[in-house]
Amino acid sequence: MSDSILKVLRPGINSTFQDIGRNNFYHIGLPFSGAMDKRNFLISNNLSGNPNNFPVLEFAYQGPLLKVEKGKINLAITGNVNFKIKNKLSKKIDGECYKNYILYEGDEIDIISTNHSVYGYLAVSGGFKLEKYKDSYSTTIRAEVGANNGNKLNNNDKLYINSYEKNFLNRKIKYMDSKIEYIRILKGTNFDYFSDDVIKKFLNEKFLVTKLTDRMGMRLKGPKLDSHKNKNIKSEGLVKGVVQVPSDGNPIVMLSDHGTIGGYPKIAVVISADYDKLVQLSPNTKIKFKLIELDEAEKIYKFYKMETDNLINQIK
Amino acid sequence: MIKNISNLGDAAVYCDFGNEIDQEINKIVINYFKTIHKKNIKGITNITPSYNKLIISFDLDITNFSTIKKEIENIEIFDFFEEKKKIIKIPICCDNEFALDIERLTKKLKLSKDEIFNNFLDKEYFCYMTGFVAGMPFLGDIDTKLRLNRIETPRVKVPKGSVGITEQFSNIYTFESPGGWNIVGNTPVKVFDKFKNQPNLISSGDKVSFYKISKDEYLNFYE
Repeated sequence: MSDSILKVLRPGINSTFQDIGRNNFYHIGLPFSGAMDKRNFLISNNLSGNPNNFPVLEFAYQGPLLKVEKGKINLAITGNVNFKIKNKLSKKIDGECYKNYILYEGDEIDIISTNHSVYGYLAVSGGFKLEKYKDSYSTTIRAEVGANNGNKLNNNDKLYINSYEKNFLNRKIKYMDSKIEYIRILKGTNFDYFSDDVIKKFLNEKFLVTKLTDRMGMRLKGPKLDSHKNKNIKSEGLVKGVVQVPSDGNPIVMLSDHGTIGGYPKIAVVISADYDKLVQLSPNTKIKFKLIELDEAEKIYKFYKMETDNLINQIK
Repeated sequence: MIKNISNLGDAAVYCDFGNEIDQEINKIVINYFKTIHKKNIKGITNITPSYNKLIISFDLDITNFSTIKKEIENIEIFDFFEEKKKIIKIPICCDNEFALDIERLTKKLKLSKDEIFNNFLDKEYFCYMTGFVAGMPFLGDIDTKLRLNRIETPRVKVPKGSVGITEQFSNIYTFESPGGWNIVGNTPVKVFDKFKNQPNLISSGDKVSFYKISKDEYLNFYE
């Protein structure tokens, strides 16, 4: 069987190919990148019968409109996504997430929007035919590296898809991400730069997710977090989930495409288990932080991992 | 040596070598970085050296903080600075159209253009770290006479290839990006070339110097 082709009729706002991320290049300035919501990424590949780390299409807010130009495509969408499938007879059906569909030549899939969330994932059985950069397909737009020559999806792009052996039409799970009341954090390395009063505000009041939020970072607005020590630190490494406080007192959470070095005090770090939920918070949502200890964070991560594994096992 | 090891979140180890910016301390950080990198410790995904810190990120599916901390405490560090390193020479064009902040520098530093360039060019600088954006080197130390703060209102777009100075450091903007350094010239060299096996031209611990080229040489550099 030869490759199938999807043609991009509308690229969407920020559609990029991502896998689990790129290791080992922080020291030269390349962030980890990779799928923002790891759980939904993993589920999309498993629903499509792919190995865990196949590249998938990640979209934010409005997704792409795609048409099958050649062949037959088996796909699954994960996240909280509003999409329609239009077949050749012009019959439009409302799409369901966490379920497999087959599209034939001439059919279209229109990913209209993500609902009360930011990111969704489209995986195809057999996988997209793409080139790796340094052992990963993940796109880092700012460094122009990764699949699709380091670019977002563009109008009229053609996406080639490897042929696959069997259909996975019966694959389906019931999953709805639970609502969260707070994002759990650990103390950052400059936690003591902030007075007890400021910390109290940080932990008791709500923060608004602003529109200045993308794959690099999430800017928050709430009570001003003024440091009583220095406003700047000597530049040092960053990791995803670090909450930095610039001199204006408005915190920024570093996300998967963050700059690798930064010079603002680190008040906190979001725990790994809450990262998927954090990145799905759309602008204008309010969040609260909850401070926990490292051993708790490690336990919560084990539970998060077990939950993800259980979801994946339900598919097989 | 490491003064303190703590966790940075639940998936990174933060090694603190003090607060000073000093080449000797930075060399120790780089020796740690290179030793750990070579050792291929299970679960480590990234190691980020900076002036006086080293951050080691790991995969929480594979390992955890206390395991990596123990490894780092017991590691035998090798010295990678024994042999003389060759100097990486970077051509820059310092014509006014590229030296965006040269007028500001002449006023603030009370030096002529020639005095500034003569002081800055053809000297040996040390690469403390690489990053922020891909391949950007943080070089030092520039002469005390040339030290100045960042510009008051950072530029929204600093052109790719720009060479900037601020405080005791010099850098090269490997991509167009926002920034506030005082721009003294521009290099035609690809300081980050993604098609190369090692995409960054300059790594932590390297020696770098700048030399002046004409605009003609700049435009025809890759011919």
